[in-house]
Formats: sequence, structure tokens, C-alpha cells
Amino acid sequence: MSAETLVSQLKRGLDAPICLTWELTYACNLQCVHCLSSSGQRDPRELSTAQAKAVIDELRDLQVFYINIGGGEPMIRRDFFDIIGHSIHNSIGVKFSTNGAYIDTDSARRLAAMDYLDIQISLDGTDAATNDAVRGAGSFDTAITAMENLRRANFGEFKISVVVTRHNVAQLDEFKSLADSYGAQLRITRLRPAGRGADTWHELHPTADQQVEIYRWLLAHGENVLTGDSFFHLNALGEPLPGLNLCGAGRVVCLIDPVGDVYACPFVLHDEFRAGSVLDPGGFTKVWRESTLFTSLREPESAGACASCGSYDACQGGCMAAKFFTGLPLDGPDPECVSGHGEELLSARTSSGIATAPKPTSNHSRPVSLTRKPARA
Amino acid sequence: MALTLQSACSLSPQVALRPEPFGALAYHYGNRRLVFLKHPDMVSVVKSLSDHPTIAATFDACGIANERRPSFLAALENLTKSEIISVG
Repeated sequence: MSAETLVSQLKRGLDAPICLTWELTYACNLQCVHCLSSSGQRDPRELSTAQAKAVIDELRDLQVFYINIGGGEPMIRRDFFDIIGHSIHNSIGVKFSTNGAYIDTDSARRLAAMDYLDIQISLDGTDAATNDAVRGAGSFDTAITAMENLRRANFGEFKISVVVTRHNVAQLDEFKSLADSYGAQLRITRLRPAGRGADTWHELHPTADQQVEIYRWLLAHGENVLTGDSFFHLNALGEPLPGLNLCGAGRVVCLIDPVGDVYACPFVLHDEFRAGSVLDPGGFTKVWRESTLFTSLREPESAGACASCGSYDACQGGCMAAKFFTGLPLDGPDPECVSGHGEELLSARTSSGIATAPKPTSNHSRPVSLTRKPARA
Repeated sequence: MALTLQSACSLSPQVALRPEPFGALAYHYGNRRLVFLKHPDMVSVVKSLSDHPTIAATFDACGIANERRPSFLAALENLTKSEIISVG
């Protein structure tokens, strides 16, 4: 069977996801300006330990090999080790994303003793100034301390996960050296205009020239740098990047949020892309296999406004979430289309006053207190 | 070392297979690699490798016609690189 038919099979969806993200909590010690889930405060309806374990049992029966756990800051949950232990014990590997605040000496040792566990430390700059501008004061030092603790505990190869912005594109080589110095693996992903990122995307997303720089850098580093296949819109620049060239939303990918709602992908936490809940009768399995939303995402998509563009086969029209949250039609170009079609459309819509981008449905940001003391210099 | 029809192979004990319409997904819990087995016949071959002394014997048992053997052998070679199967 050729690779092409494999891709068309994947587009029609599988009986179970290949890659499932599970945000365990909306609680977070940080308030990153690009947070996809607008995290900050815990949602009181958060799944209980027993409910979370029941979801894991269901994923085991579906033969999901591994889950990507995130948040919020997942380690804030008191039952964090209990939940990931239950998953690993059921042969579901865990990869979790953290800002590192809770990886002290003891928890680093505990994590190092577990099999089938991967850790991604989020870092958005190779210096405190660049990183903290996005992730908050002190977050750079916190991440470095966590990495030191993992190294001392002999955790082995962890991952450093970077969201590429216009302020850190120039640091890609430095990120690679930093990762190498810890024996870590570098993972870089695309900035999405989701969650609080919907408000900051216009200032933070890489420029057109920087996109070419990212593409060349990724081609040069091949499979040594992980990307979660998030840059496939850049394939229109030439030779394809490694990975599956398709939008996996609702087909091979989905997201479970902290209250058990199931969304098509981690970047579309919005009612329009909510397929159901793990607490509904039939559970996650029924949502995945039968929900109206996921079924419709598996229908052949129309190239729409991109049909006349020779690059459509290469870029597949880009990222659904990026279009949605910038107010662009889903069957048209990505806002970061490398041929500039998205940018044209965005500015045309802005100048004609019809650009109304949907707002994320839920917001868990902490309220801003007027009495909050400024961070000390 | 290049794989030949006379090599003996087996599926790694760290690998889990999930049946799919196109064949199967293979996941290696050790190196975290996810590999697509793109044909149901490939899945049968991979599953029964350890029941036979050589790859040729596995192909015989799974009814893989001679003209398909070179491409199957190449696919198996790739699976040794990702450690989904091991030689010996």
C-alpha cells in the first residue's frame, strides 16, 4: 500500500486516536501569554481521580499506546503521580508537559524511577528576558532548576519544548545547544492563536521571512528535532518536512479537557469543536467513533479558495485552528500561508471591518488584581 | 548487516500491535517509535516471524508470493532499524 493511501485512510479516521492530549487541570502557577487553554484557575468540575482512572481504563481497552498530558500545570494535581502511575501500569505510556515548578529533588527522583514516561519542559527563550516576557517572571530559572534536578536524578533524555515566536526564532541554534548540553531532545512547535494566544498571536507569530528560516532550519535538522508535525503549512516552501502531512483533528488526534470534554484537537478549545464528554453515556469511545463533529471532520474536505493554488497538496491548507481563531474561513488559506494568501485575506477583512474572530469559549485566567505588586527587578 | 531471506527474526517483546484497516500500528515502548505496518499481510509476517527459523519460511507460511518478497524484505529491514523486530 502506498503512502498516499495510508494518508487517505488516516483522513477517514481510525477506531481510536493515535495521539491523544489530555489537559489534566486548568490550574497553573503561570499565566503564559500564549496559553492554548487560557489556564490559571482550577475548574471546580475537574474530573475526580476515579473518573480520570476510568478514562485511562477505556483508553487501555482502545489500545491507545501513549497519552500526552498537559494543563494548566498537571503536576499541581495532588493525584498526579496516582494518575500517571495508573496509566503506565496499564501499558499506556505518558508524556507530560510541565513548566518544571514542581520538579524538585524528590519528585525528580520519583519520575526517574518510572518506565514509559517522557517529560517535556516548556521553555520559550534561551535567556530569562526572552522566556519570561512570554511565560512570566522567574519562569526561566524555574525551568532550568527542573532540568538540573532531572539531570541529577539521572532521569535520562527529557525534552525541551519550545513554542516558536518572532522573538525566539533567532535562538533556534542556542535551543539545540542547550538541549544537547542536557542530553535532552529539542521539540519545537508552532504558535497557535488559541486560548490567550488568540490575543497575542498578532504580535508574537513569526514573520514571513522567519517562517522561511524555520523551514530551512527544520530541513537541516531532520528527525533530530521533534515538531509534533506542527509545521506542515511550511511544506509549500519546497521539500516536505518529516512527518505526516495532514491535519489530524478528530481523525487521529483529539483532546480531553480537565472537565472531560472532548475536542477535535488541542488548539480548538471552543464550543464549535467540542464533540462530547467522556462522562456522556458510551464514554470517550462513543464520542470518538460516533460524534457528529468527528464524523464530519473525516469527510473529504474541500480545498475551497485554495483549490486553484498549486501548493495545496503540499500544505493541505494549513491549520484549522489557526484559521478559526483568526476569523478566516476553514476552507481557505492558513493565516501564515507561505504564499501570503492568508495575510492578504486577513488585511482585506480587517480593512472592510468584517474580521470578527471567534473568542475562546472558556477562560480560566486568574483575575487581574489591581493591588498586585509588580515583580521585583 | 543486511537482512536476507535466510535471517532469523522476531518481534520485539517491547512492541505492541494495534490492528487497523490499513494493517496495524506498531509501537515500541522502549524507543517510543510508532510505525505503520501498511498491509495486513505485513502484519501476519511480523507476528509469525518467531515461529519460523528463517524469513523465507515465514513468507512460505504466510503465502507471500515470490514477486512480493523483495519489497517485504526491504520493509522488514526498515523494521530492524526502528527495533520493531530484531535479528536472531
